[in-house]
Amino acid sequence: MDIIAQYGFELVLLAGLFGFFMAWGIGANDVANAMGTSVGSKALTIKQAIIIAMIFEFAGAYLAGGEVTSTIRKGIIDSAYFVDQPHLLVFGMVSALLAAGIWLLVASYLGWPVSTTHSIVGAIVGFAAVGVSVDAVTWAKVGGIVGSWVITPLISGFFAYVIFMSAQKLIFNTPDPLASAKRYVPIYMALSGFILSLVTIKKGLKHIGINFSTSEAFMISGVIALIVALLGVIAIRRLKIDPAADKRMHYASVEKVFAILMIVTACCMAFAHGSNDVANAIGPLAAVVSIVENGGEITKKATLVWWILPLGGIGIVAGLAIFGRRVMATIGQGITHLTPSRGFAAELAAATTVVLASSTGLPISTTQTLVGAVLGVGMARGIAALNLGVIRNIVISWIVTLPAGALLSICIFFMLKGIFSPA
Amino acid sequence: MSMNSILGVFAKSPIKPLQEHITKVHKCAEHLVPFFKAVYANDWKKAANIRAELSQLEKGADRLKRELRTNLPKGLFMPIDRTDLLELVTQQDKIANTAKDISGRVLGRQLEIPAPIQKEFIEYLIRCIDTAGFAVKAIDELDELLETGFQGKELQIIDNLLTELDTVEDTTDSMQIALRHSLHGIEQDINPVDVVFLYNIIEWIGDLADFAERVGDRLELMLARS
Repeated sequence: MDIIAQYGFELVLLAGLFGFFMAWGIGANDVANAMGTSVGSKALTIKQAIIIAMIFEFAGAYLAGGEVTSTIRKGIIDSAYFVDQPHLLVFGMVSALLAAGIWLLVASYLGWPVSTTHSIVGAIVGFAAVGVSVDAVTWAKVGGIVGSWVITPLISGFFAYVIFMSAQKLIFNTPDPLASAKRYVPIYMALSGFILSLVTIKKGLKHIGINFSTSEAFMISGVIALIVALLGVIAIRRLKIDPAADKRMHYASVEKVFAILMIVTACCMAFAHGSNDVANAIGPLAAVVSIVENGGEITKKATLVWWILPLGGIGIVAGLAIFGRRVMATIGQGITHLTPSRGFAAELAAATTVVLASSTGLPISTTQTLVGAVLGVGMARGIAALNLGVIRNIVISWIVTLPAGALLSICIFFMLKGIFSPA
Repeated sequence: MSMNSILGVFAKSPIKPLQEHITKVHKCAEHLVPFFKAVYANDWKKAANIRAELSQLEKGADRLKRELRTNLPKGLFMPIDRTDLLELVTQQDKIANTAKDISGRVLGRQLEIPAPIQKEFIEYLIRCIDTAGFAVKAIDELDELLETGFQGKELQIIDNLLTELDTVEDTTDSMQIALRHSLHGIEQDINPVDVVFLYNIIEWIGDLADFAERVGDRLELMLARS
């Protein structure tokens, strides 16, 4: 208790700093994955992608990030173990943040495709299980989270397969694909808008104090979907169709229509990423702030302090603004054979899966969900060649990240304990 | 940093190099027409120049073939079978090799095509090269086929092209028989060794069409398997 009373401000400052650092890292690195498919298929320029990411990452974090934040903050560990020694929880959360941040930095430097989610979950489990007690971890919950890491790529792969197949059936394999594209693409846009707004309204707006009934939520989502579709129709009308390009590639014009759709799905992707991954940075911070503000008391129902979500959002945007451009530029240069019709299917599937996970409070990896979706499109025979070697690397990096994050956080935890606790 | 991005998942598409390869191979075979025109005119210097160009194209095709093979490691996930793809490029390459062999043999021996069969000979040659042209058209549809997820009307388009290829190949067979017959009629007036080589060349030109047909067969097999 004394420690918190004595060093409360310093601890919050430290957690805030590390949390911002982590959010910044997510913005600099992770967002590139979320936006990469749009840039890679030339649907968006780097500048447009960054602007979309800034707006929708922030919106996602602020409007729909609450549930995952609460899982990271109090779902993984059993707070009953810390009632008598809340300072351990504070130290632990600070070390988890720092450990995950360091691990991300190292992994980025080495070029490993690691997940921020895995790092932070590994780090939190690490300090709690080793630093405090094995029973301090809510293993059932952790098991569920780890299970979701396996299942979400499968689900998004399935979604992507179905979405891509439907696009093939409704658009590509019709006598006039361009006319079909003009007809059906706005419907996909409406679908994207509907899913996103519904999940946000149902789950996200609670914590900023707005409540809607189910029917109201459906109505509002429907209206938003209509608006999105209408904007889509206008954008498609304004498209310039180039017959010369069609001679070279019969589907060039169709892909142009899909490129507009991809702007919408890119927004969804940024929103979904913001809603899930911001929690990795601010969940631990929220825990620290709540304990310090309550003078060491661990309250179950503690509401999120108002400045925390925006801090995470701003951190991501800052990372994007400073480093995102460079990361995206490297992506843009890579010659990819990803056309907008495939990119949209992958993005819509991944965004839907991530947003659904966000609404149930499951911290999952956006990158892996997207990889699952891309594989789904590949299964539907939509992509010329996929590198299974890279996918294997990604799987290996999940497995390495958990113990690495845990080990780092254990070390930092004992160091912090040594520094702050009088012997 | 690049490994960190999801786009590492996307490997280089083998379709574009495959199309480039067959286009180059076809161009190589097409050089035989001006080559034989120079031979008809007894302009061996010009023939040698054209043969050099042809050889250059063949080398280019070889390079593309090697590139395609090295860019096709085992760990790729593709909508088409890897072995089919490798077999396809092998067959394509044989067309270029044959064209090079034909021009080399004719030039090396300064083999003249007898005047009475010259017209029939060049028509036969052009027809055989046309067969390869259909193979080019079919392979050119592959990226569209990928767009439509290997189903639907694009599959039909390729199927039609391959049927046409088969028909044209059939006509080259009967043209070859007729040409051989004509050669047989005049062979007592020609140097016997030249006659043997003329039969040889006629056969090799027929091989151009045969290999083109085999490209079509491979393609058909590849699509049927999927």
